[in-house]
Amino acid sequence: MIKNVIISSGIHFIIIFIAALSLPFLAKKPIDLPPIISVELIQIAEKTNIPFAPKARKIIEKIKKKEKEKITSEQAPPKKVKKEKPDSVPLPDEKIDKVKKIEKKKQNPEKLDEEIKQVSEFEKKELFDPNTIAALIDKSKEEIAETTKKTSKVTQSQDKNANSYGLTLNEEDALKAQIFGCWSIPLGLPYNENLLVRIKLQLKPDGTVIKTEILDHARMNKPGQGFYKVLAESALRAIKLCQPLRVPTKGYERWKDLQLNFDAREMLEG
Amino acid sequence: MIRYLNILLVIFIFFPIKAIALIEVDITRGNLNPLPIAVSPLATDNKSNEDLEKIFKKKNIGSEIASVVENNLKTSGLFNPLNKDAFLQKPDIAHLKPRFEDWALIKAQALITGKVTYENEKLRVEFRLWDVLAGKEMMALAFTTVPANWRRIGHIITDKVYERLTGEKGYFDTRIIYVAEEGPKTKRIKKLAIMDQDGFNTKYLTLGNELVLTPRFNPTNQMVTYLSYFRNLPRVYLLDIETGVQEVVGDFPGMTFAPRFSPDGKKIIMSFAIDGNSDIYTMDLENRIVERITNHPSIDTSPSFSPDGKYICFNSDRSGYQQIYVMKNDGSKVKRISFGKGLYGTPVWSPRGDLIAFTKLHKGKFYIGVMRKDGSGERLLTENYYQEAPSWSPNGRVLIFYRETKTDSEGKGFSAKLWSIDLTGYNERLVKTESDASDPSWSSLLSN
Repeated sequence: MIKNVIISSGIHFIIIFIAALSLPFLAKKPIDLPPIISVELIQIAEKTNIPFAPKARKIIEKIKKKEKEKITSEQAPPKKVKKEKPDSVPLPDEKIDKVKKIEKKKQNPEKLDEEIKQVSEFEKKELFDPNTIAALIDKSKEEIAETTKKTSKVTQSQDKNANSYGLTLNEEDALKAQIFGCWSIPLGLPYNENLLVRIKLQLKPDGTVIKTEILDHARMNKPGQGFYKVLAESALRAIKLCQPLRVPTKGYERWKDLQLNFDAREMLEG
Repeated sequence: MIRYLNILLVIFIFFPIKAIALIEVDITRGNLNPLPIAVSPLATDNKSNEDLEKIFKKKNIGSEIASVVENNLKTSGLFNPLNKDAFLQKPDIAHLKPRFEDWALIKAQALITGKVTYENEKLRVEFRLWDVLAGKEMMALAFTTVPANWRRIGHIITDKVYERLTGEKGYFDTRIIYVAEEGPKTKRIKKLAIMDQDGFNTKYLTLGNELVLTPRFNPTNQMVTYLSYFRNLPRVYLLDIETGVQEVVGDFPGMTFAPRFSPDGKKIIMSFAIDGNSDIYTMDLENRIVERITNHPSIDTSPSFSPDGKYICFNSDRSGYQQIYVMKNDGSKVKRISFGKGLYGTPVWSPRGDLIAFTKLHKGKFYIGVMRKDGSGERLLTENYYQEAPSWSPNGRVLIFYRETKTDSEGKGFSAKLWSIDLTGYNERLVKTESDASDPSWSSLLSN
C-alpha cells in the first residue's frame, strides 16, 4: 500500500516536473522581455481627468494636426478615446486592467483561460508596448506611437475583466464625496489612538444598504475604548444618512459587498 | 482513496481558483458641521406641573430644563438643536416610543426626550437619548434632587449627551469665577463673583472694598486662590467658597501674585517679587513649606502646572522679551518654547495635557492662541484690541477669556466682557454676565 503511494506520488511529481519544464515551449512566442520601464498603473474611468504629460501633449497635438488615425496609448486622454468611438472603444480603466493581466499571462502562458485567449497577441502588444511609451517620451519615435484601432472583441474581453477589479477612481471618488458630506466626525476623539473603523456593507443594486457589519466589533465594549463606540456609531449614521450610496450603475457583482474604512485621524490632527 | 487524493492534488495544481478581493474604500474626511439634534420638551404630568408651578412660578419646568439643555448644546458649537415648531410628536409619546420616521423627516440625527415628576418634595427627571437614524436608544438616565437644582439637572443631562455623542467629557455642569467690575475706568469696583457656565446663578464672594484680581479654582472647586491687597501690598489669598473663610497665603516680605493651584490641589504656585526681581515659588497648603522654583534675575511669572504635575510652564523675559518657558516641577531643565514674533504671556496648560494656551501681543494687537507643549503648532484663535487671561474648560476644548473695548475721546465706551472660543477658532461667543467682567477661571466638573 505504502509502496503504491510512493510510486504514485513519484510519477505525479515527474509529470509535474516535466510539465513545468516542457509547457513553456508550447507557447506561441518565446518570452521576449522588453527593457523595464517603470509605469504606475492606475484605474481611470471614462470621465477621469488625468492631465497629459507635457511631452505627450505635444506629440498628440502634432498627430492631430496631421489628421491621421486616432492614437491609443498609455498616456492618451481617456475622454478623447470615448469621443471618437463611444460605442466600441473600451474604457481606459479597462485598458489598464488588461495591461496588468497580460503581464502575468506572458510569464505563465499555460494558464491562459478562455476569456484571455480572445485577445490576440497583436492587441497585447498594442496595449502594453514599451515602445509606445518610449515614443511619448522621445519625440523622435512619435510615429511608432500611432497604433491601429481596437476591435470590439477586445472591449468585451476587457469589460469582463473589469468586473473582477475594484472601483475606478471616479467611482471611488463619487462614493467618497457622498460619504464625506454625511459623516459628522465626533470632535472629542483622542488623537493618539487608532481611529480606524472598518465596516462591511452588503448593498442592493440601487445602492441601498442591506446589512452593515463592524469588523472590529469586539473593540466597542473594551474598557478605555469608549471613543471607538462613538466613532463607529457616527460612521454607521453616515452610511444610513447617505443611502442609497452612489455606486456604479454596472458591475453589481463587483461591489455588492463593500468595505468602508472610516479613519478620523487625518481630520482631527488637522 | 489515495488515488482520488492525487487526482485532487493535480486539479489544485493545474486549475488555480480565481479569488475576488473585497473592495475597500478609505473614508478619511468628514464634515465638522453641528449635529442636528431634537430636544423634545420633557413631559410633565398635570399634578407635578401644578405643584412645580407653585414652587418656581414657571409654567412648564419640563420645557425649561429642555431649554437649558438646548442652549448648552447650541453654545458648544457641535450641535444644532432643531426648532421645536417642527416637532411632529408630543413629548410624552415621544419619550415612550419615538416615531423615528417623523424625527428623521425634520433631519434630526439624535433625539432627547424626558419626563419630570414631583413626588415627596423631590424632583425626578429622567431622559433618553435616541439615535434617530439607527432607530435605537443610546442612553437612559434618571436623576432625583431638590427642586432648586433644576438647572443643574439640565447641565448634567447635557454633559451626558455631549459625552455620548462626541466621545469626550462635557463641561456644562461647571461654574466660572471672575472679577465683576462696576463704575468708571479710573475708579473701578472689583468684586469676586461666581456663576454657572451659562451665566445664571451669579453670587458675589467679596464686597468690593479691596481690589481683587486673578481668581483661580482648585481642582475640588471648594477653594479659590486670588490676588488682593493686604496692607497696601498685593498678596495671594485663599478663600473657601462654602464657608466664606479667607486667609493670606504665606508670610512673604514682598508682593505675591499670579497664583494657581497644583493639579492635586495641595500646593499653590505663584510669583514672589522682591527688589524688582520676581521668581516662582510653591507653597504646600498642608505644612506651609515654601519652595523656590526659579532663581533668575529676570521676571518669571504666570506659572501653570501640567495636568500630571510634573512640569510647569511660565513666562519670563530672560531672553530679553517676554516668552513662554517649560521646566520640570523642581525648576530644572528650563526650556523656551515660544519663538514667534511678539510677546507671549499668561500660559495655561490644557487639562488634556497636549496644549498650552497663551496671550500674545504683536504689533499692538492681542491674540489668544494655543501651542503644543513643545512649542510647535502655534495657532492664534482670536485677535482683538485688548484681550487676555485664557482659562480652559475642564475637557480642554473651550477657552474663556476677557476682552476690553476701547474708550472714546471722552473716556466713555469702556467695557470688559467674558468671551469663550473653542479650539477650532470658529465658535466665539460672548458669555453673559450681570456686570462687566474680567479674569475668568473655569471650575472642573461639579459632578462626574
